[in-house]
Amino acid sequence: MKIIVPVKRVIDYNVKARVKPDGSGVDLQNVKMSINPFDEIAVEEAVRLKEKGQATEVIVVSVGPAAAQETLRAALAIGADRAILVDPGREGDIEPLAVAKVLAAVVRAEAPGLVIAGKQAIDNDLGATAQMLAGLLGWPQATFASEVVIEGERVRVTREVDGGLQILSVALPAVISADLRLNEPRYASLPSIMKAKKKPLETRTAADLGVDAAPRLRTLRVAEPAARKAGIRVGSVAELVTKLKDEAGVI
Amino acid sequence: MGVLLVADVNGAALGRDATARALSALAGLGDVDVLVAGDGVAAAAAEAAALQGVSKVLVADDPAYARQLAEPVADLLAVLATGYSHVAAPATASAQNILPRLAGMLDVMVLTNVIQVVDADTFARPIYAGNAVETVKSTDAVKIFTLRTAKFTAAGAGGGAEVVPVPVAAKASASSAWVEDRIAVSERPELTAAKIVVSGGRALGSKENFALIEGLADKLGAAVGASRAAVDSGFAPNDWQVGQTGKNVAPDLYVAVGISGAIQHLAGMKDSKIIVAINKDEEAPIFKVADYGLVADLFEAVPEMTGAL
Ligand SMILES: Cc1cc2nc3c(=O)[nH]c(=O)nc-3n(C[C@H](O)[C@H](O)[C@H](O)COP(=O)(O)OP(=O)(O)OC[C@H]3O[C@@H](n4cnc5c(N)ncnc54)[C@H](O)[C@@H]3O)c2cc1C
Ligand SMILES: Nc1ncnc2c1ncn2[C@@H]1O[C@H](COP(=O)(O)O)[C@@H](O)[C@H]1O
Repeated sequence: MKIIVPVKRVIDYNVKARVKPDGSGVDLQNVKMSINPFDEIAVEEAVRLKEKGQATEVIVVSVGPAAAQETLRAALAIGADRAILVDPGREGDIEPLAVAKVLAAVVRAEAPGLVIAGKQAIDNDLGATAQMLAGLLGWPQATFASEVVIEGERVRVTREVDGGLQILSVALPAVISADLRLNEPRYASLPSIMKAKKKPLETRTAADLGVDAAPRLRTLRVAEPAARKAGIRVGSVAELVTKLKDEAGVI
Repeated sequence: MGVLLVADVNGAALGRDATARALSALAGLGDVDVLVAGDGVAAAAAEAAALQGVSKVLVADDPAYARQLAEPVADLLAVLATGYSHVAAPATASAQNILPRLAGMLDVMVLTNVIQVVDADTFARPIYAGNAVETVKSTDAVKIFTLRTAKFTAAGAGGGAEVVPVPVAAKASASSAWVEDRIAVSERPELTAAKIVVSGGRALGSKENFALIEGLADKLGAAVGASRAAVDSGFAPNDWQVGQTGKNVAPDLYVAVGISGAIQHLAGMKDSKIIVAINKDEEAPIFKVADYGLVADLFEAVPEMTGAL
């Protein structure tokens, strides 16, 4: 069984995003970029399934600029076997619907048994691509996964939901999205980083795949959230309780 | 064309608060029909029909919808959506699971965690862990979105909408089977609706110590939250996590104890009215958003505060 893992190049999670003064977007010039943290977890999970002998090949796919090659190499260094970079044919962020269509085309060509995406991209925070892909393909889905167990022709997935956990058993092929507690990704060793440089990386275009990546949304503006006014320090628990009662009136 | 609001349903019960808040967020978009899908949801449908501002309640009462699995609910919505200009739901984990699937099936984009409906095709939502807010205009024929409800006041009761069954036969999913729910029932208020939230971080050190947070919360009649580090370490269950990828809360009072204030945590709580931080590191970033900061060891401050209340 092949596993496809979509990976996105995003702002590093340690960097605080800054809004451009003209309100057109977030400034990504000279900002550290990394693999989306949820996608790193997804790659790790796929590689573990391969190491357990439950998958034969892990293919990572990114839709984005040439620089996303770095992201794909990072995924190859974790242990993925080969990579596909899809040039969307346009600048800027690519919407989940277009990404899902690209992925659906790749899925039709590669016929994987499983797609493991990240739960959400930490730039747009949409959390939509995996579900959209499952909807496009008519495949079952198991999102927000914190445990994945292959059981023959099915996969048993523990999901993080609002009140706690939900366990589903879905038939393969299926789409899964990885939550934070699915695993702790390994650190890629130097030899595996070197090896990753030699792994195959194929480049395609969205147009090749018959996908129109034109956006459905137009960004009117991007603004800073309302700032909070500066607070004060209190010297003791007694003072804190008094302030909360008398000044803030919240207890 | 009107709006179809997908009600929050847990088991057979209406998630009244989330549904009622979503209703107020949608005011101004035209008539709102509410879909109540589940198994044995007649009472939930009647409760939804009594909410102020509901035009009609569509009830889909069938075992196929019992667990809110994405496949059957999205199939149902795909049929219903053709009659509406907007399909919306409160941004629960369930809706975040279902609505993007629906959008994929209908070939439209989806907007999650909308904080403001500006007009019929313009919406605002936070991006980059809440460090920016984007306002976007949709060109899709039907707008599909989830609403972050914390900041909206719940619509009141007193309505008397008619309740009609959906004209669509349920089909159970052949490929997706529910196995088990591990849902804890709690006497405490629901995290996203609570007026006060007390959250603990990595500094608690153990599940046993986390009881300090729970003790303070119970004294205040508060819900309990946690940082990712506290959840990852097993001090608190996953559904208590507040942040970019956890729950979004905006209570009157948020008390952060032993939490450093990483941007991912702030993303889930910085819209709270009053923020209190208790941390022994006076440089901790949480103090930058705190209205009242107390530099102290939590193992002294928290028992003292619980005692003083
Ligand atoms: C993709 C991604 C998503 C994430 N999503 C979330 C999310 O949704 N929610 C979330 O919370 N995090 C999230 N995180 C994690 C986040 O980056 C931080 O790692 C996490 O919030 C840290 O938790 P903490 O503040 O409890 O721990 P720490 O950062 O370790 O802070 C502990 C704090 O306790 C203080 N302290 C220690 N001892 C005491 C004492 N005795 N008394 C008082 N204070 C004490 C310390 O000074 C310190 O400030 C995410 C990270 C990533 C990469
Ligand atoms: N441009 C992209 N290229 C590859 N994968 C992507 C891309 N955008 C999103 N994804 C995948 O979809 C997941 C959810 O992203 P999103 O729906 O944008 O929040 C990510 O964690 C990735 O696994």
